[in-house]
Amino acid sequence: MEYQNLIARSAAGLQPSGIRKFFSLAAEMKDVISLGVGEPDFKTPWAIRKAAIDSLDKGRTWYTANAGLAELQQEISGYLSRRFSLEYDPAQIMVTVGGSEAIDLCVRTFVDPGDEVLVPEPCFVAYAPIVALTGGVPVPIVTKEEDAFRLTAGALKAAITPRTKLLVFPFPNNPTGGVMRRANLEEIAAVLRGTDIMVLSDEIYAELTYGEKHVSIASIDGMKERTVLVNGFSKAYAMTGWRLGYVAAPPVVMDVMYKIHQYAIMCATTTSQYAAIEALRSCDDSIEKMAGEYNMRRRLMVDRLNKIGLHCFSPEGAFYVFPSIKSTGLSSQAFCERLLNEKKVAVVPGDAFGESGEGFVRISYSYRVEHLREALDRIEAFVREIK
Amino acid sequence: MNNDLLLLLEKNARLSCEELAAMLDMDKAAVAAQIKQYEAEGIIRGYAAIIDWERTDREYVSARIELKVTPKKDRGFEELAEQISRYSEVQSLYLMSGGYDLALTIVGKTFKDIASFVAYRLAPMESVQSTATHFILRKYKDKGVVVDDVHRDERRVVL
Repeated sequence: MEYQNLIARSAAGLQPSGIRKFFSLAAEMKDVISLGVGEPDFKTPWAIRKAAIDSLDKGRTWYTANAGLAELQQEISGYLSRRFSLEYDPAQIMVTVGGSEAIDLCVRTFVDPGDEVLVPEPCFVAYAPIVALTGGVPVPIVTKEEDAFRLTAGALKAAITPRTKLLVFPFPNNPTGGVMRRANLEEIAAVLRGTDIMVLSDEIYAELTYGEKHVSIASIDGMKERTVLVNGFSKAYAMTGWRLGYVAAPPVVMDVMYKIHQYAIMCATTTSQYAAIEALRSCDDSIEKMAGEYNMRRRLMVDRLNKIGLHCFSPEGAFYVFPSIKSTGLSSQAFCERLLNEKKVAVVPGDAFGESGEGFVRISYSYRVEHLREALDRIEAFVREIK
Repeated sequence: MNNDLLLLLEKNARLSCEELAAMLDMDKAAVAAQIKQYEAEGIIRGYAAIIDWERTDREYVSARIELKVTPKKDRGFEELAEQISRYSEVQSLYLMSGGYDLALTIVGKTFKDIASFVAYRLAPMESVQSTATHFILRKYKDKGVVVDDVHRDERRVVL
């Protein structure tokens, strides 16, 4: 078989993830300290795990409704109102297999071949490939450290063309830690309100902001009707492996996403959904405890990296720091490869998150303090040696 | 009183003042002064490692003893508690609500050590009415740490 000739062009064009590429190198080495993962180090709170076990005990092993358990839709609706002052009717909420499925659904719902999708970068690595699969054209908008890695109204305006269909809005941001405050959102909303551009707001890190509480763009005047809100349980409740997220959207949009979800997925995992109900009912405290812990680690990382001589923006959300390595004179790839080979510390080259990430590296701090400290000691020794 | 500094130290007493200062968004000198003050006030009583002795070759036996006590007029349980806590074998001593009054944990080299402590030290005390000794067979969680759990990071980089 000539497989190469059979594979769809859009699929064949997919590039391997820059993070994975680098970490398969790291995986082959022994005693490597990794600062690469993008998931909490906390275990899912026990009460949540117990709820899942109980649901299995009771034999609740069938499909749920396509949009998810009604009880869970109800709880999510309450949660969005309680935590972010967002009012969504439960029928406007659909439970998905992680935030990832929700992103995919939204892109498939809106993007035809040739449509342009604006993607602020550096950002999560999945948006552009998903857009490319539908034949859409990802259009990066660079966010800069001098703007606190926020999307500015000016940059947005400059990137809009008659073919612009969708704006990916990834805040709090992985990998930069940039967040959009209410005043920044107002400016973005002012640009979008007069257009037919939809916003894919990926708020998976909404519970992890340091300083002010997260504000959703959907809560800004006139924005709910043009926003598809994506969130999930992975980061806030340390539930990555449960693969559970959700999407909230205007009714007509939801009708289409519902159909795609129904045909492609049917429903999210039943056991995870029962666990999620418990999470939303009783675990606000756990969220805050974990967020407090991340915050201390964040300050430790920023302080130490700056002292080491790697200029580090103080991230306002998520659990990564994104220091500049320009002072070393090395490229991101070279820095990471040498740090791995010489000190056995694995961090992610910034260019994995888009070209504009060149000159930076992403360091996750979802690790125990002892682990972080050992890694920082090695990074310090490395930087001293190369300078 | 903001207890963040104490909570951090309780979990990891080896953090430096510099690290603590960064984590708590405080001044390094202020952290050092605060720790000194906690020590002076007897709020910080020491800096101990959490050790899982089961993994060592140390031979020891520990037991939990419940005491029923006749409280002394005016001094209640205080006098007896003070006396018992003077013994170095006693690791912890609590006044309890419920079916008995004082609970203590003691550590000895052998079963016999514990037996003699109960027979010759505790039981003869004037206000002790009765003792119940329970030997500790295994520790699963101690000082907030699950001792059976050797930390292994099972996470992988997936994207």
